[in-house]
Amino acid sequence: MQTVKMVVTGPFNAGKTEFIRSVSEIEVVATERRITDHTSRIKKETTVAMDFGRITVDSDLVLYLFGTPGQKRFDFMWEILSEGMLGFVVLVDSVRPETFREARRILDVFHNYAHTPYVVAANKQDVQDAWSPEDLRIALKVRPDIKMLPCVATDKESVKNVLLELLYRIMETAPE
Amino acid sequence: MALKGNLRDFSTTQLLNLIHLARKTGSLTIQVPAGVTTLYFREGKLVYASTGSRDGHLASVLARAGKLTEEQAKIIRTRSGTTADKELGMLLISAGHVTQQDIVLSVRGDVLDTVYGLFTWSDGIFHFEPNQLPSDDAITVPIDLENIILEGSRRVKEWERLQDELPNLNVALKFTDRPQAQLRNINLSVDEWRVISYINPRNSIKQIAQRIGMDDFQIRKIIYGLLQAGLVEMVEPEGAPPRRPPSTAMQEIVSGPPAVKRSVIRKLIDRIKRL
Repeated sequence: MQTVKMVVTGPFNAGKTEFIRSVSEIEVVATERRITDHTSRIKKETTVAMDFGRITVDSDLVLYLFGTPGQKRFDFMWEILSEGMLGFVVLVDSVRPETFREARRILDVFHNYAHTPYVVAANKQDVQDAWSPEDLRIALKVRPDIKMLPCVATDKESVKNVLLELLYRIMETAPE
Repeated sequence: MALKGNLRDFSTTQLLNLIHLARKTGSLTIQVPAGVTTLYFREGKLVYASTGSRDGHLASVLARAGKLTEEQAKIIRTRSGTTADKELGMLLISAGHVTQQDIVLSVRGDVLDTVYGLFTWSDGIFHFEPNQLPSDDAITVPIDLENIILEGSRRVKEWERLQDELPNLNVALKFTDRPQAQLRNINLSVDEWRVISYINPRNSIKQIAQRIGMDDFQIRKIIYGLLQAGLVEMVEPEGAPPRRPPSTAMQEIVSGPPAVKRSVIRKLIDRIKRL
């Protein structure tokens, strides 16, 4: 049995858990805990180690989706999670500009861990005050050759689109 | 879509760069403690600015640029009533008070002063409203943003230097013991004289700035000059705020992607399509 993995990363509350939950065939193994610090005003629970979703392709191939913890103090986990990944998705909270700098930092860190293909997904595009993907590209200084995709993490089709775009990018560099 | 946020997270330089690169049309409203400023853009160019902290009447703009005296400006403001800027401009040109170029350069200078004032703010709520432009009666002057961004960045550097030199605006000032006699021999600008007139150990620098309507950058610049010239000295100084430690260099651990064949990727694509 061959297993491959892709990583979903992004700042705190960007929607990583929902993203994986939307497409995983198993109940996402989320290691969420109640938040006790100041970020509890934003959401009540957060991922402290990783989220873990699975998509079975056939009896010989399984895709695992790993979601990284969003809070800074758990970033020691990132390097471990990035090992052996096919590619990664950087999920950005399009309605919280205060997280853009962190999103850019995460993007750089992951790109430095592994020069694998990646896409940037502008999540929460269904919210009225969401920054558009075009504006986010400029704000985050995302290179023109990197896909910046609109996304709604709770919408399965939207998540599928992001994963497919990432796979198309991976395909370009994969050996025959 | 709306662009909303705080300058803490997305600076004035970054905002102008975004508007420039995306060639946006609309209004950018920034709310800082000194008041509300609105900048208007057409296809990525700055065309107009208004700010609550400054009278935007054309006569006042021309007076600030030295094209009209304060007295002239006062009379024109009173007599013109609700006359729109464009119409008023035509009347002033016809009457021979100013030329068209005077008006264009004065409005341009005023718009630039307004936008440069924003670079020194690091905290303030902003909101970009697409396709919102000033009224047709307003005199608009298209200005490329590249130079504004460059000049603004230079000012930010100067601002940072001044902030290092003069970190605390809650201190007061007094004249040095080498005294007033020297002031007569020194060429001071109008703004410097305004500041000088409020120097008193009871007034903090911040209070002086508020009293004469200067922002932190302007007052710092003037006080710094006066301090360097040895005309004034600080009293009851408080400690400078602690500096942030430099960020640690990012650890770079690079590994390549695992060698997964295209056939495997194709299988994954097919599977996700079928989800």
